[in-house]
Amino acid sequence: MKPRAIATYCIVVPACIVIALPLVWLLIASLKSSEDFFTSPFLPRGDGFLGIAWDRLTLDNFRNLLSKTGFARSLLASSLLASVTATLATLICAAAGYALARLHFRGKRGVTWLVLACLIIPGPLLLSPGFQVLYHLSLLDTFMGLILPAIGPAFGVYLFRQATVSSVPPELLEAARMDGCSEFRIFWRVALPLLQPMIAAFMLITFLSVWNNFINPQVVLQSAEKFPLAVMIAQLKDVYSQDYGLMMAGTMLSILPVAGLFMLLQRDFVAGLTSGAVKG
Amino acid sequence: MSSLAAPATLPGSSSPAPASTSASADRSRSVFPWLLLAPFLLLVLVFTIVPLFGATVLSTQQTFGPGTSRFVGLSNFRGVLSDPLFWTAFKNTFVFTLGSVCVQLPLALCFAMLLNQPGIRGKTFFRLILFSPVLVGVVYVAMIFFVLFQKRTGLINQLLAGILPSWDVGFAWLDQYIMLALILATLWQYMGFNMVYFLAALQNVPKELNEAAKMDGANWWKRFRHVTLPAITPVGSFVVLLSIIGSFQVFELPFLLLQGSTGVDNKGLTIVGYLYQTGFQSGDLGYASAIGWTIAIVLAVCAGLQRLLSAGSEVSRGGKVARGGGAK
Repeated sequence: MKPRAIATYCIVVPACIVIALPLVWLLIASLKSSEDFFTSPFLPRGDGFLGIAWDRLTLDNFRNLLSKTGFARSLLASSLLASVTATLATLICAAAGYALARLHFRGKRGVTWLVLACLIIPGPLLLSPGFQVLYHLSLLDTFMGLILPAIGPAFGVYLFRQATVSSVPPELLEAARMDGCSEFRIFWRVALPLLQPMIAAFMLITFLSVWNNFINPQVVLQSAEKFPLAVMIAQLKDVYSQDYGLMMAGTMLSILPVAGLFMLLQRDFVAGLTSGAVKG
Repeated sequence: MSSLAAPATLPGSSSPAPASTSASADRSRSVFPWLLLAPFLLLVLVFTIVPLFGATVLSTQQTFGPGTSRFVGLSNFRGVLSDPLFWTAFKNTFVFTLGSVCVQLPLALCFAMLLNQPGIRGKTFFRLILFSPVLVGVVYVAMIFFVLFQKRTGLINQLLAGILPSWDVGFAWLDQYIMLALILATLWQYMGFNMVYFLAALQNVPKELNEAAKMDGANWWKRFRHVTLPAITPVGSFVVLLSIIGSFQVFELPFLLLQGSTGVDNKGLTIVGYLYQTGFQSGDLGYASAIGWTIAIVLAVCAGLQRLLSAGSEVSRGGKVARGGGAK
């Protein structure tokens, strides 16, 4: 091996260990009983294989999580919110992005400017007046109050506009028009299949951002039975402040499903995240 | 269901005279873009433009919950600018932004360049590990680091005490040094994410130019300065701006780490945290909107400065070339 490669490994491997450490610690913490939680930083020592007391590890934290807290209900709420929002946002943004990239109509410049202007509005500015709008529409404490404001992101329209420009050739659309294809069919059957990589990436990004969002459900929802995982887990700290094992089990189970999914699909995800930056 | 399918089948099923078909096709061609844009435009109107207008109106009002209000003119803005708590929040947020941008981005670029070298095995694996924390939501980051940052029992203090014998295991990450704790936790969460942007940007570096520079005996620093850096500047400046915008709006992490409080001596109070506190805990949405506008103005100035600086550097580079050409 070249000395330069060895030097690189000497920096990158420790960095990876440091980055992975909190997650490894989390996994172990969720499997430890309250007695072992503070006495051993990682696995409890004992006479087992490798000097570790494997038999002291327990699934009690997960059992308590499912029986004592509303974890299952919150898991359902999060799954529902994230999948509905991701699907609708993808459809709406793909349609708008395609129109701005490939169709000719009056007012196109104006709409493109509107999209760009929306991109620079900071979220916190709209927090209080957005709350008022939801109040006047009687959408507070409803799932609709979380879904509707999230399914028309300007950021998504911009991404789909860029993706259409780079991967939907105008000649193909013109050919379909010559063949007498209706405009809707051209969009649905010709453009959308070509946009499939961006559709996958954008659905993943939206799903993840809804799954992990804390502030919006915290502001919009009031009744505990509607809380998605992020809000429910944050409240474990107030209710079970001494039961660290339980809190870590909840955190573990909330991260695991999405993290697993994204590890599997990471190529699409990374490509989608960076496409806006590179082409823009 | 049937109403959704109808527009797709209509043109085929009805067969009017040829002339009117082309007329109706023209009409559908001019209406269709607006049909595609309608859901987006409607949502933007209701959830962006109306609230934006509302933020302007609200910022001139004093409110008591979402239902009642009183016109107070510009006194909210005067209040914000002379509010010592706002300036504490501003200072904290500024320190956090400076800390995260100056620590995180150089490190991210470093790792991107390390992983971009030819002949390194396991690149995909390393990239995946370094990137993985971005998948962890801020609530879960806060849960993990809340326990890790504890005074005597927390893993971070224990590990540091193990490495440095003089380290005080009672180091109060979450009290006195909350901003340092925030910078470290954010570094953990976002370093790999920014690295991925820089990795993408590094693909724009012209390989031949780098080789040619090497042939001419340019050292590592010179090649970085004159070949790599100019090639990654477009993406790089975008990443810097995104980082500033993101860091300036930090709120959820301190809010969760400090369990809803603002910390010892308000050391954990951020601008958005103050906005949340006034708007949703004290119920004055008007004052909160005035704070919101202040944030928007600061960020707009940052974005403007970034454009000006990048345009300025291009102009000065162009100017040098022109002058060089003139001297010859």
